[in-house]
Amino acid sequence: MTTAADISGKRGLLATYGRDGLIQIVLIANSVVMLAPIAIMVMSAFKGNMQIFQDPFGIPNFTDLTNFAMVVERSNFLRYLWNSIFVTGVSMALILSLGTMAAYAIARYDFKGSAFVLLFFMAGLMLPLKLAIIPLFILFRDLGILNTHWSLVAIYVAMGLPSTVFIMTGFIRTLPRELEDAARMDGASEALIMWKIMIPLCRPAMVIAGIYNVVPIWNDFFFPLVFIQNDALKTLPQGMTTFMGEYSTNYGALFAGLTLAAAPITILYILLSKQFINGMTSGAVK
Amino acid sequence: MSQSDVMAPDVAPVPPRKGLRMTGRGLWIAFLIVPPMAVMALFVIYPIISAFAYAFFDWNGLRRGDFIGFENFRTILFDPIYSGTFWHAFRNNVLVFVLLMIVQNGLGFVLAYFLWRELPGARFHRVAVFLPVVLSTVIIGYLWKLFFNPIFGAVNQFLKAVGLGFIAQPWLGQADTALISLIFVNAWAWVGFPTLVFLAGLQRIPSELLDAARMETDNEFTLIRRIIWPLIAPSATIVFVLLFIGAFNFFELPYIMVGLDGSPFGSSDVLGLMFYRTAFGNVASGNQEFGLGSALAVLMFVFIAVFATAWTIYLRKREIEV
Repeated sequence: MTTAADISGKRGLLATYGRDGLIQIVLIANSVVMLAPIAIMVMSAFKGNMQIFQDPFGIPNFTDLTNFAMVVERSNFLRYLWNSIFVTGVSMALILSLGTMAAYAIARYDFKGSAFVLLFFMAGLMLPLKLAIIPLFILFRDLGILNTHWSLVAIYVAMGLPSTVFIMTGFIRTLPRELEDAARMDGASEALIMWKIMIPLCRPAMVIAGIYNVVPIWNDFFFPLVFIQNDALKTLPQGMTTFMGEYSTNYGALFAGLTLAAAPITILYILLSKQFINGMTSGAVK
Repeated sequence: MSQSDVMAPDVAPVPPRKGLRMTGRGLWIAFLIVPPMAVMALFVIYPIISAFAYAFFDWNGLRRGDFIGFENFRTILFDPIYSGTFWHAFRNNVLVFVLLMIVQNGLGFVLAYFLWRELPGARFHRVAVFLPVVLSTVIIGYLWKLFFNPIFGAVNQFLKAVGLGFIAQPWLGQADTALISLIFVNAWAWVGFPTLVFLAGLQRIPSELLDAARMETDNEFTLIRRIIWPLIAPSATIVFVLLFIGAFNFFELPYIMVGLDGSPFGSSDVLGLMFYRTAFGNVASGNQEFGLGSALAVLMFVFIAVFATAWTIYLRKREIEV
């Protein structure tokens, strides 16, 4: 019996190590290319215009927080941040509760038309909502929620429901029936069974669905661009355009603004990178 | 929502469960599915259907006028004022797609293949390559716009520092480099996505299969072409089709980096920018042409839907044949 290891052994250690070394060099070079722009952004945030011009790649004085102080004090940055947190938070809460409700009904009950209901949500996965932006604009105007956060919440919930129903239905179907049957024998109501027994078991799938949806919602720029005019209501990505316009010549402040805007999701990503990668590629990999 | 109203009474006669009143069960199921379906009907199904209908009407600003059949489509495709821009933007979208296919997906495969070897540090490299994917396009766009600044931008400064100063140029300010720069930034930002989808595909290949194949051939390229690539075909299908859809919906990065007109001189114009200008007006005019905008949206949707579906079917067949 020859194994794969024997074959590579025949080629000699040098060939194997040489090739692995080359691969390692390519991977390191790639990571440098991926991380250097972010590192330069952070370092430039601690520099003044002169230093950015003359010493673009130098290590700055990290204790000098002038640029950050300016961004926080003299722009609407914190306002935009709060708006993003509010819109994303409300949307996610609605997506997860409505999505779980629908998925639970589809996965746990045999009722006429349950296949149709699933299909109804699946259709939403394929329809590009961006191209319906004009009817949405008119619909929100007629509903009187244009230029409010509710227009964004409505669109994000609609965007997030299909994938959430898809992920949650698949997961809930794998849960054992014995638990709920036992509870039913004890006289628990359907609502109590769902809330006390099934929902706690759904947490892993909710995390996947949550991450899958939170990134595009937090980062969205297109819908606020069309629906929100009032500066005080702008979300962070949209507010960045205002900010970048106002400080167009103070480059240190611009880099500081970008650094602050990138910080929340970057920190979250570094802490939960595994969940992020699984969550964001789960739609594709399954 | 009307569907679920109809459904509720149907629910009752299905399998009777002990200890539960029929109507109660029907109501409970309706309570679970009606609100989410109402959201979908109101904010997805209705707007999408309307988007098609709007394209057949004459619009006066925000007010809908007469039914005019295919007139809006004719204007977009054949009226010299719009058709030149349309085909120019379309060609740019095709270029974006082809180049991203080579750079973004090509590099993604190579990186996935290298990461698959699990050399020391592979986990770190995997986290690094995916980091820009979670950042907002707006942040990425502005960051690279600053880097491309001809005077102090990091790109030219770097080129000078490594002795390639003669390549330094105003990347976003020239007609023949603006679109290429956009494509580069997009590839930098998104390469992590195909990388991890390919990697997931590679990790699902059974190791016995690979060991068997390695006994047959010593050549790594033959192995990739004959064994590995066919086995990860499902990953390729997803990555290719999503890139196709993304390339023809290209909007946010161009909007941030080259402006609503695709500067300089419209050289980096794409359909997404043209759509936004037509529908919501540009800074200069402020005109809102909802009819023409809708027609353009429908043209884009039909094009993307038809090609994405046909290509998916073709790619899926290829998966099975292997």
